[in-house]
Amino acid sequence: MRQRFSRRIVLAVLLGVLIGSTVWVTNMEILKFRPPATYQELTKRMWEHILMVGLGELIAIAVGIPLGIIVTRPKFKALSPIIIGGANIGQTLPSMAVVAIIAVVMGQFGFYPAVIALFIYGLLPIIRNSYAGINNIDPSIIESAKGMGMSRRQILRKIELPLARPVIMAGIRTSTVINVGTAALAALIAAGGMGMIILAGLLNNIPLLVLQGAAPTAALAVTLDVILEGIESLITPRGLRMRKEKG
Amino acid sequence: MIKLENVTKIYPDGTRAVNNLSLEINKGEICVLLGPSGCGKTTTMKMINRLIPITSGKIYINGEDNTKIDENELRRNIGYAIQQIGLFPHMTVEQNIMTVPVLKGWPENKRKKRAKELLELVGLDPAIYSNKYPAELSGGQMQRVGVARALGADPEILLMDEPFGAIDPITRGRLQDEFLKIQEEIKKTIVFVTHDLNEAMKMGDKIALLKDGRLVQYDTPANLLYKPKNDFVRNFVGADRALQGLRLLKVKEVMSTSPPVVKVNDDLAVAKKRIEEEKIPWLMVVDNENRFLGWINKPDLATCRQGEKVEKVVIPPTTTAFPETFLNEALSLMLSSAIGNLAIVDNKGRLKGVLTFDILREVIGKSYVGERSK
Amino acid sequence: MLQDTWLYINTHWDLIGKLSLQHLQIIAIGNGIGVVVGVTVGILISGQGRESIADIVLYLSEIMMTIPSMALFGLLMPILAGLALPSIGYLPAIIALVAYGLLPILRNTYTGLGEVDPAMIEAGRGMGMSNRQILFKVKLPLAVPVIMAGLRNAIVLNIGIAAIAVVIGAGGLGVPIFRGIRNFRPDLILTGAIFVSILAVAVDTLLGQVEKWITPKGVKIGREE
Repeated sequence: MRQRFSRRIVLAVLLGVLIGSTVWVTNMEILKFRPPATYQELTKRMWEHILMVGLGELIAIAVGIPLGIIVTRPKFKALSPIIIGGANIGQTLPSMAVVAIIAVVMGQFGFYPAVIALFIYGLLPIIRNSYAGINNIDPSIIESAKGMGMSRRQILRKIELPLARPVIMAGIRTSTVINVGTAALAALIAAGGMGMIILAGLLNNIPLLVLQGAAPTAALAVTLDVILEGIESLITPRGLRMRKEKG
Repeated sequence: MIKLENVTKIYPDGTRAVNNLSLEINKGEICVLLGPSGCGKTTTMKMINRLIPITSGKIYINGEDNTKIDENELRRNIGYAIQQIGLFPHMTVEQNIMTVPVLKGWPENKRKKRAKELLELVGLDPAIYSNKYPAELSGGQMQRVGVARALGADPEILLMDEPFGAIDPITRGRLQDEFLKIQEEIKKTIVFVTHDLNEAMKMGDKIALLKDGRLVQYDTPANLLYKPKNDFVRNFVGADRALQGLRLLKVKEVMSTSPPVVKVNDDLAVAKKRIEEEKIPWLMVVDNENRFLGWINKPDLATCRQGEKVEKVVIPPTTTAFPETFLNEALSLMLSSAIGNLAIVDNKGRLKGVLTFDILREVIGKSYVGERSK
Repeated sequence: MLQDTWLYINTHWDLIGKLSLQHLQIIAIGNGIGVVVGVTVGILISGQGRESIADIVLYLSEIMMTIPSMALFGLLMPILAGLALPSIGYLPAIIALVAYGLLPILRNTYTGLGEVDPAMIEAGRGMGMSNRQILFKVKLPLAVPVIMAGLRNAIVLNIGIAAIAVVIGAGGLGVPIFRGIRNFRPDLILTGAIFVSILAVAVDTLLGQVEKWITPKGVKIGREE
């Protein structure tokens, strides 16, 4: 508990600094040639950013979780090296490369190619964690369930999924946080989002503008991480949380 | 009740795990599948509930071929408990126990009632344990919940694969005793797998000794001990068969039920007279309700004076045993007692009999022990 | 498009080589510093009774990882400018690489040292080793495989980040991607993307082998069981 307390303080300070500095800069009027971003602009870009990440994640979850689970089923076990191996390699690829390649392949820049890139890049932690979450369940638990007469579907629904939930959620969390960063990158392909502000500042050498873009983005990432961590705790079945605490 | 007919299991790589096994298990009996690692005992058990498919042969349960029933349906009617227990960590104890009743669609109040009964049966207070999670339980407690869970939907048959294996020996002994007591009440047909000879002797009504997938001898524990079919059985059971025999008898079957007693507030003179007349070296001391208080030794009486009571020289016992105690345990107790004789008392401390080394010598000396009494 | 790309690659090997080298240079320096700092801090926070400090340090690095790289570059710029340090080019890039490489290395050092079987530490102490000797002769060697895994993680991660560093003028394989986007040249984009990907996968595979090679044989056998 002492741990949690000091963590909360660190977080609060960090968020305070990030948001505080943004607010401070946005209220300044010192620049002459190009004003720093207005609240209006910031809000617009932030909204685009959240939308991009949200959409990308949603599709990634819808595709990734079923895919990760299917590969654990005996019928499809043979495919697992390919899919998991592919997921691993995919993670190795630099996000910038993935964004760039998708844009080229789709032949266009903009919001939707970015969403696709986010979907693909965000897929990998989700697939990997869905797979691992189910695979790492103690086999004797599954054997008991089978021996008691549960059908395969019942075992999946009542035993495997509840037990894998926290791990899968952790995958979603990793994927989302990484994608906040990738979405910032997507500004390179004119996708909108906070990256646009950061980029504008970087290219025109306006540090304060950069700050206005970067600080809220960082704050968004940290906030999402905390929220998702909270959800992760919430959906962990009580019995499992106890086991973790016992160590 | 369970009939195995020429059952064989051959794995794809050619291993013959079970070879032409035929066995019949009667209703209400505990049949122990015993043997060294790799003898096929677990495989055999798992073929009964079809967790492992049979290569050839048939298994009949209550006259019906077990392949003719839907496998999930089959398993829901057979209790299953394994060594690693496999409790569902995300469910409470109560929910774990109610697993099969839920699968069978029992109404909620019937389920809860059953869970409560079962917890009481295995010695766990439902008020305390119903809502605990497996992570909060000790090994012994988890094991008990495992047994309760296997009994969830009141199956007629129980399959148990080394269910007490993962526990420390002290708790294991206790769980075994309790389980036998439970079995006396519920009288299930049980197939019990173990590699531990002592456990087999203690738990089994009949033991099936397996080697390399074949049935070597299927007999009562006593017969396995005293009428081994071949050298393998003889060696497996071990050279100390005599001592093993002690496990099969309870104190009450051999003890002397009329030990020489004297009351605690009798005069020492009375005790002395008794010892001299009956030519015995010791007496047992009881109170007015026949509760056992201790021993009197002949040498101690030598220094007695007129008018003193027995209670002055009584030596309190270091240990006692119950009529239900098995002889091997009684022997250990005797070896650690000061006197060398063992007082047998009931659970209120009243004297029931005495066990002496002479009696034990006679028991060991017998070359054949009769049918294990129930 | 693919043909264009192939054509470009073939005619610009020297440029690609130069950029790859630049890329590797940044990584080498950034991760080199990262290893030194990460392992040192990892050792420092591993001592007995330092759990609360360890907590905070680990948490800080965790937060570091959540901050998007673009944002970090963005935040570094005004800070460095304010300090009258070069706010574009190698410096901010390397600082960012150190920052991102820190967590995997730090956390793995901490965990690796912590996972050493207490029996071995006791044996060392029983033989008369001082704390320092135990650290260098027993704990660290046993923790090397885990630390190596963290380093590998950090390096692969940083290859991606170094590509992004192009936006603050750091060079490297991000350059063709960036230029390609600005000038609508898909062949440039693909060249950059392909080569940085190859680099990442190659380095990952290579380091995977090094990891296996470095793991003491006894530990490897134990792990297979």
